[in-house]
Amino acid sequence: MTKPGYDCAMATVRLRGQLEKLAGGESVVDVDAGTVTELLQQLEQDHSGLEGWILDERGELRRHINVFVNGEPAEPDTVIDDKDKIEILPAISGG
Amino acid sequence: MTELLVGTRKGLFVLEGQPGSEFSIQSRAFVGEPVDYATRDPRTGRLFAAVTSPFWGPRIWFTDDLADEWQPARGVALPKGGEDALKRVWVIVAGEADGLVYAGGDPGVLFESRDGGETWELNRALWEHPTRPRWRRDSGGLSVHSIAPWPGDPQRLALAISAAGVWLTGDGGQTWAHGNEGIVADYLPEEARATAIDLCVHHLERAPARPERLYLQFHGGVYRSDDCGHTWTDIAAGLPHDFGFPVVLDPADPDSAYVIPVTTADRVTDGRVVVFETRDAGATWIPRDAGLPQGDAYLSVLRQSFAAAGEGASLELYFGATSGEIFGSDDAGASWFGVAQRLPAIASVRPA
Repeated sequence: MTKPGYDCAMATVRLRGQLEKLAGGESVVDVDAGTVTELLQQLEQDHSGLEGWILDERGELRRHINVFVNGEPAEPDTVIDDKDKIEILPAISGG
Repeated sequence: MTELLVGTRKGLFVLEGQPGSEFSIQSRAFVGEPVDYATRDPRTGRLFAAVTSPFWGPRIWFTDDLADEWQPARGVALPKGGEDALKRVWVIVAGEADGLVYAGGDPGVLFESRDGGETWELNRALWEHPTRPRWRRDSGGLSVHSIAPWPGDPQRLALAISAAGVWLTGDGGQTWAHGNEGIVADYLPEEARATAIDLCVHHLERAPARPERLYLQFHGGVYRSDDCGHTWTDIAAGLPHDFGFPVVLDPADPDSAYVIPVTTADRVTDGRVVVFETRDAGATWIPRDAGLPQGDAYLSVLRQSFAAAGEGASLELYFGATSGEIFGSDDAGASWFGVAQRLPAIASVRPA
């Protein structure tokens, strides 16, 4: 599927722990998006239980959440390619 | 048997025990996460916890049974697409209508639920108040931390915001007005005090047996209002320090209040832990320290960490410190006992 202005791709998102529960028990979901931000927005639209958990009210990625694309740390504007594998994980913390 | 809900930097602890001796830990929840407040709705028994996950953000959770899984409430958020995000939920209070529950949070927001706390809506009148640009964050944030319903009347409510003073509504939250007259902010230049609205109220409580009376602990000063919160009288004379965070009342006695003074410089007890009680509406204060540490004790007791259960001669009082200790009294403060120790830093204590 193509959106105006850019190509979209169907990526596979792996959900674990709390996010899996909030997505109704789905641990793997396919999301159609062009960038990481779009993917997270679409994920919230597809699974309303996730609203506000990954992106805050401003639409910004929560500070201590990391998104990986094919195992590499990604930024909000990282482009998603077809069949990319996405992980959304809490950051390392402690001390 | 008394149940205490204890919110800590590392999760919720549910303690249970016979007043007079140490309590035991009955259960834990939200292990490792900051639980800023936890309470039980006295009407339904429903438990609420305000959890500020460093990862997933601030949220209200509820459960009807500690043995069951906690559920995240919906709608505890600011409007999408704005410039701000919810930072923390500070307090959750049962309202005066069926299913009505209030929650206060940072940045200076009030949420209302009409279904017992499962779904929530932002109070728009407070959110869009024209004075909001003049509200000021203090070191703890911009926090609606005190919500005082009027017994039997869901239209009347008082709030305290740090640092935006006292707010009053008589129409169920459709409109809000300040109730700050008489409060003196000595941290501001003298010429700025008369018109200041960035007033750092630390805690506010209403006397349920005489609802037009309220008490507040200020950032320097303890105050009483006898006119529903419109005007305030300083009643700190007789206290060793006028600084502190919580204030607690005996529900049966509108002339009663309890405070825990701390030093202005470092905001801890001054080596001795002393609760001060008034039974004459603040004219005099009586030190209540029997059983409390009286040497080398520098405790920090936060605004939600002091609470009462029962009333009158059987009034129970409990307070926790960031050192992880909890103290209790089952004789209205005449004597104190150790309830718990070696817990994580305590943010709230509420008897259920």
